[in-house]
Amino acid sequence: MTTATAGVEDVLARCRAEGRAALIGYLPVGFPSLEGSVAAMRVLVEAGCDIVEVGIPYSDPLMDGPTIQGAAAAALAGGTRVDDVFTAVAAVREAGGTAVVMTYWNLVLHRGVERFAADLAAAGGAGLITPDLIPDEAAEWTSASDRHGLDRVFLVAPSSTRERLEVVTSACRGFVYAASTMGVTGARENVDADARGLLERVRAVTDLPVCVGLGVSTRAQAAEIAAYADGVIVGSALVRALAGEGELTQRLDTLRTLTAELAQGVREGNR
Amino acid sequence: MSEPTSRAEAPDAGELTVEELPRPGRFGQFGGRYVPEALVPALEQLDEARQKAAVDPEFTDELARLHATYTGRPSILTEVPRFAAHCGGARVVLKREDLNHTGSHKINNVLAQALITKRMGKTRIIAETGAGQHGVATATAAALMGLECTVYMGRVDTERQALNVARMRILGAQVVPVEHGSATLKDAINEALRDWVTNVATTHYCIGTVTGPHPFPEMVRDFHALIGEEARAQVLELAGRLPDAVIACVGGGSNAMGIFHRFVPDAGVRLIGVEAGGEGVESGRHAARFASATPGVLHGAMSYLMQDADGQTVESHSISAGLDYPSVGPEHAHLRDSGRAEYRYATDEQVMEAFSLLCRTEGIIPALESAHALAGAMEVGRELGPEALLLVNLSGRGDKDMHTAAAWFGLVEEGST
Repeated sequence: MTTATAGVEDVLARCRAEGRAALIGYLPVGFPSLEGSVAAMRVLVEAGCDIVEVGIPYSDPLMDGPTIQGAAAAALAGGTRVDDVFTAVAAVREAGGTAVVMTYWNLVLHRGVERFAADLAAAGGAGLITPDLIPDEAAEWTSASDRHGLDRVFLVAPSSTRERLEVVTSACRGFVYAASTMGVTGARENVDADARGLLERVRAVTDLPVCVGLGVSTRAQAAEIAAYADGVIVGSALVRALAGEGELTQRLDTLRTLTAELAQGVREGNR
Repeated sequence: MSEPTSRAEAPDAGELTVEELPRPGRFGQFGGRYVPEALVPALEQLDEARQKAAVDPEFTDELARLHATYTGRPSILTEVPRFAAHCGGARVVLKREDLNHTGSHKINNVLAQALITKRMGKTRIIAETGAGQHGVATATAAALMGLECTVYMGRVDTERQALNVARMRILGAQVVPVEHGSATLKDAINEALRDWVTNVATTHYCIGTVTGPHPFPEMVRDFHALIGEEARAQVLELAGRLPDAVIACVGGGSNAMGIFHRFVPDAGVRLIGVEAGGEGVESGRHAARFASATPGVLHGAMSYLMQDADGQTVESHSISAGLDYPSVGPEHAHLRDSGRAEYRYATDEQVMEAFSLLCRTEGIIPALESAHALAGAMEVGRELGPEALLLVNLSGRGDKDMHTAAAWFGLVEEGST
């Protein structure tokens, strides 16, 4: 048995003690290159991300919009392998951050659930976010994550019934990922309407921290959500910063600026 | 043509272990519901609606009426002696799903799902399509029942099946070409799922084959089961006995499940699925999942999946767009592993030979998908000899494939298409 250090629940509790929401930033490993993605994840840690969500590029990312689809396709075309995620996780740990991995299920299944869990724990990863695995299909992952002390983050959505919220939240460990809107990843102008109602319904069935993702891209949105959520998850906006024109160093600067703004945002939530 | 594969020769499934629990939507270890949580309520609603419909005369009578007066059911059985001369002299009968309205078996499932869409109070229906047959059938049902319709189709497929794109648009459907990935059927399904998860409150995703999350594999099979029910009675009437083998092409596998299902309890009847061998399994450009693939999850279901060392989906290839899919319906995976059905493949070359033969010996132009089943019949007939009786599902007609066939056989002047 191995135990992963710095579980996400500790980080979220620390943020809560500071009277603010946590900032969780997503980037896919291998984009724009393996080294570039690792450098970018270090920037996230330095600029104020409390948790880094390390994505594994997948051939069929059906929960992702065009921005992350494009980055994943580029990463795969560039030769990114599943093994690379453990390199990135270790780098985030080394930089003093906390890393969770976001992955479509077949990549875990194919490696072997037990082997994946062991490798993730060995790299210092805190757990897994699984956008296309529901608790009903997760028996093997539940026992492997218990064995290796890893967090299990399942998603809830505005369409979730109370019964489903109970099933999902009771299977989660670390935090609950609340999808702000019905749909796929990608920046949106308005993310607040469904999210607030969903948060209230989730709080009614669990004491776990609840983090909100899908569509958040600005400091103002981060502040709005930070008023009622334990964490604000940003993905496509960060990927877009990294995908811009110019030298990688310039794009990393853009990423640093955006991350710092979002980190301000999560401290401005009127709680 | 390949040797039939059996469990003993099955590729090693590696470290994959899946608890075999008696859960709904499982066929042995295959099937299940690997989807975003956001879709679970819609799947539960669909499962409940289709179970209620199955025992509600208002639904069953209406569907029967549509099949009798609109689809053109029951479809006939045609014996093809001149073609059978090339099948080792075995007796060959075709189940003529190509004569259904819209030209394939796909309409059986679509009319039923469109009725269920209305029963659920939804106003919009979306579909993926490869060859275009399912898209055309969905556009047709939407026109008939006053539903809004969007069809996702890979860019590569919109080009090789341009006639069907025009048909869908004429029927009032919006056709969205999908550019990313391999721009074929699997990418069209990804895009349809993205639409569904965004618009699920008003929209039903009419999956066109026996794959996807539970309840789709079971439901789509049930809506096609009348193929086998009719054919079994028709063969008994014609020949006074059951066939020795039932042969069907397998992409996702809906026409095959439709004709196999009623015969599963008939232990003496061999069930033979024919996959797309493309340019040959050794070339890597094929869709012969059972010849090369290992268990994995794609589009909501656990089944055999063409994947690389990391579990990334590998692109498939077939001359027929409808079979160009890297996974296969989970019930086929179970029928194969349990030994009840056997699966072979036919290469593009063998398929085009069978296609041409049926055209020239019987005056029937089959879909390229269905020509895989014909290639299978030529081989099985030669193995079993003149005493054998083969039932082949002719799942669709070949009008849509004229462009591909003309190019293959060099029937069109350069630059004239």
